[in-house]
Formats: sequence, structure tokens, C-alpha cells
Amino acid sequence: MISFSPTEEQQMIVSMVKQFATDEMRKIYRECDESGDIPASIIDTAWQMGLISNSMPEEYGGFGGEHSAITGSLIAEELAWGDLSMAIHILCPALFSYPILEMGTETQRKKYLPLICDERFKAATAALTEPHFGFDPYSLSTIARSDGNEYVLDGEKCYVPLAAEVDFLLVYAAENGSSQCFIVEKDTKGLEISERENNMGIKALPTYELGLKDCRIPKENRLGGSSGCDFGRILNHSRVALSAMAVGVAKAAFEYSRDYAKERVAFGEPIASRQAIAFMLAEMAIEIDATRLMTWEAAWKLDRKEEATKEASLVKAYADDMVMMVTDRAVQILGGHGYVREHPVELWLRNGRGFATFDGMATV
Amino acid sequence: MIDFEPTPEQEEAINTAHKFAQELFRPTSRHYDEHEHESPRELIDETWGERNKGTLALGLDVTAALRIEELCWGDAGFFLCVPGPGLGGAAIFASGTKEQLSRFLGNFNEGDPKWGAMAMTEPHAGSDTAAIGATAVRDGDEWVLNGEKIFVTWGKRAVENPGSLVVVWATVDKSAGRAGMKSFVVPAGTPGMRVEKLEKKLGIKASDTATIVFDNCRIPFENILGNPEVKKVDKSETKGFKGAMATFDATRPIVAIMAIGVGRAALDFVKETLGNEGIDIRYGVPKQKLTALERDIMEMEANYKAAKLLTLRAIWMMSQFQPNNLEASMAKAKAGLAVTKITQKAVEIMGPLGYSRKYLLEKWMRDAKINDIFEGTGQINMLVTARRVLNYSRDQLK
Repeated sequence: MISFSPTEEQQMIVSMVKQFATDEMRKIYRECDESGDIPASIIDTAWQMGLISNSMPEEYGGFGGEHSAITGSLIAEELAWGDLSMAIHILCPALFSYPILEMGTETQRKKYLPLICDERFKAATAALTEPHFGFDPYSLSTIARSDGNEYVLDGEKCYVPLAAEVDFLLVYAAENGSSQCFIVEKDTKGLEISERENNMGIKALPTYELGLKDCRIPKENRLGGSSGCDFGRILNHSRVALSAMAVGVAKAAFEYSRDYAKERVAFGEPIASRQAIAFMLAEMAIEIDATRLMTWEAAWKLDRKEEATKEASLVKAYADDMVMMVTDRAVQILGGHGYVREHPVELWLRNGRGFATFDGMATV
Repeated sequence: MIDFEPTPEQEEAINTAHKFAQELFRPTSRHYDEHEHESPRELIDETWGERNKGTLALGLDVTAALRIEELCWGDAGFFLCVPGPGLGGAAIFASGTKEQLSRFLGNFNEGDPKWGAMAMTEPHAGSDTAAIGATAVRDGDEWVLNGEKIFVTWGKRAVENPGSLVVVWATVDKSAGRAGMKSFVVPAGTPGMRVEKLEKKLGIKASDTATIVFDNCRIPFENILGNPEVKKVDKSETKGFKGAMATFDATRPIVAIMAIGVGRAALDFVKETLGNEGIDIRYGVPKQKLTALERDIMEMEANYKAAKLLTLRAIWMMSQFQPNNLEASMAKAKAGLAVTKITQKAVEIMGPLGYSRKYLLEKWMRDAKINDIFEGTGQINMLVTARRVLNYSRDQLK
């Protein structure tokens, strides 16, 4: 039955995450953006909430809760409202564990999932994006070819979060023209992790380029074994997660600029009482809500195991535009004050522009 | 639980309404567009019958909204001919007493087709409904109504068909401003109420849009909706006006879902035409690889979805008895504009097929535009949305 109300359990998780975002993330996000560093303590505190391990089966050390893209979207929005760099960091291990949980062989699940369900934060990641114009996840330049008992990976990746600190990661590569996924361990010969990247936004999040040169991995490291994985579904999960995060970033910018517009007086009254400003805010609010509902709908389809490529890609493209529009307007509403780093809106604008580039950097 | 699946009953409602739209509405759509003011009698009788069987019930709930999308996919002008209590009924539901509900609407579904209209707009009071000049003066146990109302949807049908009714807004005390604004039920056939003219319009031509004149029109005292007393309140308060506004919270999402039906008609036409030409829309492909056409279609589809979800949320909230003033205005603002743009883009994309009256697309573009105008223009809905998100009164944000 058509309904727009999260379950009680979801509401509890949301309010817990929101509290964390308010009390912890919002206290230090500017500092983190300037220093490029997120304190390990905050990541560990976030980890204690069990946002990922909650949805892992008990046999792999999780808490046996249901894995739901809707719940994941609600969490992702709140975390991104707190701070996008930290949100991606906190949820990064899911990039590795969710595809294995859903599509891995039993051996792969047994081997890797318990490592992620540790009591402390355990970094793991995935490499999808490639550093060239025209990047297309369905037509990857990184190649996997079968050679005896091994797969040989060749290519380059970028925007791989936390790559320098992980023991294993998923690498997406084209195998006979279709995108597949491979588990690669840190010390594999031919895997080279480059210097940390410098980006316009998400500056607190360490991301890396990596090279794969004649990188040989055992045959059994192909995700899903001989049957492989449903790459489209993995990508759709990622797009839903990123859409939810875009909503979170946009909401942060909307709230801040709304409050500012009510405080800032010009020509004798708050600028919010002028339609030019008020209508901008109204449209921002409408588009944020619309994107959230579209995100939920795509997540709902994923939870029902239905084909969701159309929904996920439509909402992702919509969210990319929406978050740019909203964060840009937030800066505009603050005027000169929006341009200086004393206020957070310029940070949200830089982070907001990233979504058009981000693909496969978060999942639910 | 967040859920987007219609119930089996809702699926059935959608299918039934779609069948009507397809088989009853579409074949005569063009005829009535070209013969403005001709009444689609057969369609009226048939929908009246179905409606009273419950198969086309058009209340204020999610199921009804899903039906309305289908009917407007068929023809939005015809949807506005489907008999029923309509906006007049909505006003009575919003602020009438139990006794009034039973007196005015109790037998509404019996006998011949009936319509319930709402007469609010005046030549000099459009969206600024508080500037209304029509008057209601008490004379013993009667009210005497005087004034002119324009743009009354299905006004002619409501004035001329026995058992129908018009809810008219008039002031009982001009000096009291909005607090003096009251609504009155005028049954069809009441002396002193007459149709002065029918508008010729850009679209929804099957729907009659009437000017109604009240000339010393006398109605029983009990026909006032809400409290007859004028409570003088602070100018910034809108208490005296609550009835009208509560009605809008209910009707704005309905207009939004009407728009959405028209938008989907246009989208379906475009996609079907492209399909016949062997053109696939490649979802999931990166932006830099998409054609301009694919980008356009995806943008149209995303906006359709955005508008529909906002609208269903507003209607769902109403069915849950949650206040939905903000969400209703958001939905109406988004849907009115989104569908205006979708249909205009569709005509552009389809080229000669879009502009020609051989096809219905150009009609849908003309029909769609009304949804960004009636029940509050897009701008008024932005204003309401803005006030709500800013928590501003009408004096703080004009």
C-alpha cells in the first residue's frame, strides 16, 4: 500500500544518526576540510552505531538485521547532512561488503565478511571510476582476462576512497566487454596505489588513483565465482546511495541559507521577505523533497529485487542537478558571505558539484 | 513503511479508469476540442452511472488520485465534465456541518447527473481571493447575494441541472477583510442566480467555464458554511478564511494529479512514437554519451516522477489526516510547471506530429497549461510554500 512513512525502527535509526551528525560531524567538518584529515575517533564512534554490521547475517559476525536500501538511504542522507567526506568514509566498507553479501560465493562471504564485521572500523573499498574523459561504468577500460587459474587485471582507477589503508578491495573491470567485479588483496603484485588525490571538494576524504599492471589474482576471486555478479544492480545501489547523500548535502545548504535569509536584514527587512529570495528557497525545498521521494522509490525497487536501472539512473541524474542548484543558490543567498570560508555553504557547493562525477563511491 | 505498491483494489481502479479513458474519452477528444460548449452527453451519463456504482468514485484519497491520473491521461477536459460534488462538495466537506453534509450531498448521487461548483474568482479578485467584492446581506432568515463570479469550472452545469449546487464566496462585512469572507451554498435553480457567459479557452474546452451573476439571489440562512459571525482578528491572521484554505489543501493535489495525467499522455505518445522509429532511450548511460533527445526524455520522465511522488505524498497525508498545507502547495507548484514544460517539450520533440491537430499532443499542451493556473497559480503556490518553509505570515512575506 502506498505509504510515505518510515517504520518505527527506521525512525529510531534516523534520529540516532542525526544526533551523531549534529553532535559530532557538524562540530569538526570545516576543520577536517581544511586539514584533509578525519580523526579516527569519529569514524570509530560512527562504527559503534553498527550502520553496516546491523545488516550483516549473524553467521558472519553481524547483527542479523535486514539489508534494506531504503534504510540505507535514510542513513546516507543524515550522514551526508553532517558531512559528505565523513559520510563516504563511514560507509566505505559497505562498498566491499554489500556486493559480497548479495552476490558473493559462500566461500567469499565466509572469508571476507567476518573481517568487515569487526568491533573496530575496518577499511575496505571498491574501485570503479577511471581517470579519463568518457568514463562509462558499462564499458570499462580496465580489462580482466582469464589466464589459466588466474585473472589478469590491467588498467587505471581513480576516486578510490581509503585505498591506501585497506587490506582488500573490489575492482570493476571489463571481462569480454561486460563489467564484472574482482576481489583484490592489498599486496597483490601489479596493484599500485598512487599518491592521494586532490579534489575540489570532499577534501577530508582520502581518495586515490590506482594502477593495475598485469595484476594476477586467483580465479576464485571473481565476485560470484563462475556465475559472476549483477553489475547493473551494484551500480543501481550506488546511484541510490549517492542520490540520498545529495539530498543530505542539499538539505544542509537549504537550511543554512534559509536561516541566514531570515537573519540578514537589507533595506529594513530580512531578505527572506523578498520574493526573489523566498521563491528560491521554496524551489530548493520542493526539489529536495522530490529527490528524496524518487530516491526512496528507487531504493524500494531494489529492496524488492526488481529491475531498477531506470529509476536509479533517473534519480541520480536528477539529484546531481538538484544538489548543484541548491548549493549554488545557498551561496548566492549569502552573497559575499557565501563565498568566504567562514560560512559552510561554499564547502557544500564544492561537495555538491562532485555528485555529477561520483559513481560507485557509496552504496546502500 | 515506505511503500509504492498500489493495493490490488487500486490496481483495479487504475485499470478501470484507464479503460474508460482509452475507450470513452480518447475517441471523441478531438471532436469536443473543436466543438467548444457542446456537451458530451453520452460521456456524462456513462461516467455518472459508473461513479455511482463506485467504479469511478472520485474522493480525496490515493485511490481516487490514481483514477484521476488515468482519466486525465484520457482527456482532462472530459474529466472536468464527470459529474459529482466537485470543488463545491470539497468546500462543504471542509467546513460544513453534519446536517449540511446530509442536506446538500446526501442524495447527490441519486437521479440525474449533478455537479457541485465553487464560485470564488471575480474579475478583480483572482489569486487574491480576499479582495472579493460579492456581498451577502442577512435579511431575516435569508441571505441576499449580489455579485459576479467568473471562471467557475462547470458553472453552467451546476447552475442549470436540478439537484446541483454552487458554493459561492462573498463578504458579509467588507470592513472585516478576510474574516468577513464566508461561503454559501446556492442550489441550482435558485432565482437570482444565472449564467452570464461561457468562456472560450486555450484548452480543456469540453469543460464549461462560466460567469455566474447573483442578482438579489435569496438563500436560506442555514446555507452558510461555517460560523456566520465575523470574528474580528488581527489582519495577519487568516482564521476567517480557514475554510477556503482548507479546501485548497484538499484540491491542490487533485489539480496536481490532473496535470500528471496529461503529462503522462504526452510522454507516452513521445515514447511510443520513438519506439515505432526504433529509437531506444538508454537509461544508466553516462551523460556525456547521451543524445540531446535522450537527455530531454529523461528530464521529462524525472520531472513527471518528481511531480507524481510529491502529489501522492500530499494526498496520502490528507488521507492520514495529517496537515498537508505545505506539501499540497509543493505538489501543485511542481506538477503545474513540470507538466506545462513536459507537454511543451513534447510538441517540440515531435516536430510536425506535435504541432498538427491530426494528433492530440498539441491539445494536451493546451490542456496542461490550466493546471499551472487554477486552484492557485504556480506563483501563488510558490508563495505558500515559501511562507511555510520560512514560517512567515502573509504580512512577513507578501
